[in-house]
Amino acid sequence: MTTTRDAYVLGGNRIPFVRSGGKYLKASNQDMLTSALDGLVSRFGLSGERLGEVAAGAVLKHSRDFNLARESVLGSHLSPTTPAYDVQQACGTGLEAAILVANKIALGQIDSGVAGGTDTTSDAPLAVNDSLRRTLMKVNYAKTPQQRISALAKIRPGQLAPDQPSNGEPRTGLSMGEHQAITTKEWGITREAQDELAAASHQHLAAAYERGFFDDLLTPYLGVTKDNNLRPDSTPEKLAKLKPVFGTGDDATMTAGNSTPLTDGASVVLLGSKEWADEHRITPLARFVDAETAAVDYVTGDESLLMAPPYAIARLLQRNDLTLQDFDFYEFHEAFASTVLCHLAALASEDFCKGKLGLDAALGEIDRDKLNVNGSSLAAGHPFAATGGRIVASTAKMLHELGSGRALISICAAGGNGVVAILEACE
Amino acid sequence: MSKDTYSNLVNKNPIGRSVAGQLGLPKPEVLRRYQEGQDLLVGPAAVAGIGDAPVAASATAILKASGAVVMHATPATSYDARLGAIVFDATAARTLDQLDELRATVAPAIKKLGASGRLVVIGTTPAELGDAEAAATQQALEGITRSIGKELRRGATANLLWVDQDAQGDASVLAAPLRFLLSARSAYVDGQPVRVRAAEVPDVADWRHPLRGRVAVITGAARGIGAEIAKVFARAGATLILVDIPASGDALSKVANALGATALQLDVTSETAGARIAEAVARKGDKLDVMVHNAGITRDKLFVNTDENRWGSVLDVNLRAQFRINKTLLDPSVAGGLADGGRIIAVASISGIGGNRGQANYAASKAGVIGMVRQLSRNLADRQITVNAVAPGFIETEMTAKIPFATREVGRRLNSLLQGGRPGDVGEAIAFFAEPGSAGVTGQVLRVCGQSQLGA
Repeated sequence: MTTTRDAYVLGGNRIPFVRSGGKYLKASNQDMLTSALDGLVSRFGLSGERLGEVAAGAVLKHSRDFNLARESVLGSHLSPTTPAYDVQQACGTGLEAAILVANKIALGQIDSGVAGGTDTTSDAPLAVNDSLRRTLMKVNYAKTPQQRISALAKIRPGQLAPDQPSNGEPRTGLSMGEHQAITTKEWGITREAQDELAAASHQHLAAAYERGFFDDLLTPYLGVTKDNNLRPDSTPEKLAKLKPVFGTGDDATMTAGNSTPLTDGASVVLLGSKEWADEHRITPLARFVDAETAAVDYVTGDESLLMAPPYAIARLLQRNDLTLQDFDFYEFHEAFASTVLCHLAALASEDFCKGKLGLDAALGEIDRDKLNVNGSSLAAGHPFAATGGRIVASTAKMLHELGSGRALISICAAGGNGVVAILEACE
Repeated sequence: MSKDTYSNLVNKNPIGRSVAGQLGLPKPEVLRRYQEGQDLLVGPAAVAGIGDAPVAASATAILKASGAVVMHATPATSYDARLGAIVFDATAARTLDQLDELRATVAPAIKKLGASGRLVVIGTTPAELGDAEAAATQQALEGITRSIGKELRRGATANLLWVDQDAQGDASVLAAPLRFLLSARSAYVDGQPVRVRAAEVPDVADWRHPLRGRVAVITGAARGIGAEIAKVFARAGATLILVDIPASGDALSKVANALGATALQLDVTSETAGARIAEAVARKGDKLDVMVHNAGITRDKLFVNTDENRWGSVLDVNLRAQFRINKTLLDPSVAGGLADGGRIIAVASISGIGGNRGQANYAASKAGVIGMVRQLSRNLADRQITVNAVAPGFIETEMTAKIPFATREVGRRLNSLLQGGRPGDVGEAIAFFAEPGSAGVTGQVLRVCGQSQLGA
């Protein structure tokens, strides 16, 4: 097949996002992803149906979860003949999965598919440390009982401390927050601007719940009916009282209030061709137009860890012959309030756009009233791989409600990655 | 579902069984309930009637079509085997003298009626008869069946079908109601009259799956009675859209996926509820065939202590929401609205008939449902839409499991079957109203109460 066709976002489902160590303490990634899938299946009456594929992943994975997506399909009410595979691109996982599924639909390789992601920091994998692991491997390969005993005798108490997963960057040793604190300072992002963005996120998300926006996007899980990180009464004044947690010195600005907390949750998005949607009498919410992934060299180069999205946006706009102002919604994942603000500042900076992006001029400012209008990660929380699915489904519904227009989705990710995409309302 | 410990003791425990027998304690029968593919009756059916018994031939044909063995009964008939059912056609009775024919024929047959057996008396709708004695004679049938219902033992039931005169020549309009009352699907329906009017009834090709190809919406389907209604509808072949509030979405999703249904998270009191239901229907078919208003809440408090909120919220969920949703669905221009020939079925309650202490708000809503059903059925008759309600009595649910022990035991035993009903019994009655064959049944409130003395 040489021609391509349009791929559409048809709907989505997620479970409420919950702060780490809370209500989902006993839930595994597979439990959560399976529940998210089942909620989607019941919403669209797909019980027993074979879909083209399910692409999903998690950032923090147990080794037993090597086939997480497929195992979740087998535990769900989808037909067991639905193929599935795991995707992993840090916080970009969910959106990247949607891109993969949309591309296969566009190529006619599949007619329908689910993209998703799940993450838990409550049921995170703890591994034995490298030193103990090497010792145990020696025990395993020992041929005689004597060899085995002598290998076991080498275990020392210090080896028993488990290796904890960390969100530190392997090549710099800095945590993501520490990286971002440097970037925040470089771009001169103020504490006030960050707290304002955070308060707006909470207020927007609360309003969205209030008007029933999530009634067909979310299914309760383990007795939780709403994201429990949400603080509807959040204000910049209240947020101003928090102490900084990232950065050093008196000018540190990043607090627990304007950074996303560790969160547990899962989300899925249903995509399909127009024909498949028609066959199932499903009204498409939005067209999946195009996507771009960029990466920056934050290790040896002169770019910051979370600054890849502006690079991806610039290339995506150019390819689609659009300006930054041609959008009705901007869905910028709020890893930290300052990440979003740094991206906006960079896009508006002539120096950055000319010097770093190689453009003739700045891409310009955006209308801030169109930014994260139903709240984003600061309020909802951010179970790494689940954020993309949350954003894609919500954004598609927003476009459907508006009945026209275009949305720009942008997600920054560990390792200097950035994933961005364009959705458009269906005619 | 709550546990009926007493029933288990006297039925399943050998010592309990023997002690109960010696003391003459009441022994609730384990009722025969419908299972897919089950025969209509456990034994032969005895058919008899008064005068030329104009409906008896139709009844016999319906019974034979179901595979039942039919014997013609007279006062002199001697019965070899336990009967599965007695069908008595009293439609031609016009004088009090004629009622003795019923006594003479039915009494010996009842002595041979088996466990979970059925007596169905067929009469003529009294309101149609100009002659006072004729009307009295037909009304008397109600007293007779209700009394026999109270005398029958071992899970047997007695019910009455009043057939309008212009419907008496049409076997098709009688088939679904008669089959329902004879079958195990009506296990907990006892001592009730059902009126059958003339109507266009489509041919029923598949009695086991009468709802195949029909789109049905059930509200309050995440748990309890609603989830059981959904199961019965799924068994009958319906394409289902199950509705419950977003906060119950996880339970709703499980019910829906187990039945291959679609879940719709929705607050029935929201302004857009009707539109969103129609939208969901349009995804599954062109029009809605069956709307089941089951969603309901209780906010019990003595009347004098009931505040505005408890009062309003119960009326809003249990009744006002139905009016709003119906208004949207009955608009012929709405895609996914209710089809002509469709069904509206509401869940009332015996609280709505007899009232209940601490439930003035709830009883108001449920009595209101009854009023709505009666009037709406007339308003929609020209569109062949039937509107009916079921009034559950004591049903073993999570809700009734919370009633204090003594009150619960009274509610549970104070009926002719000496036990509570199951949520599925309510589902069976609702599915009966939903059947295409029930076109002649409208404006009715069918109690599913085991002939409870509460509200009677």
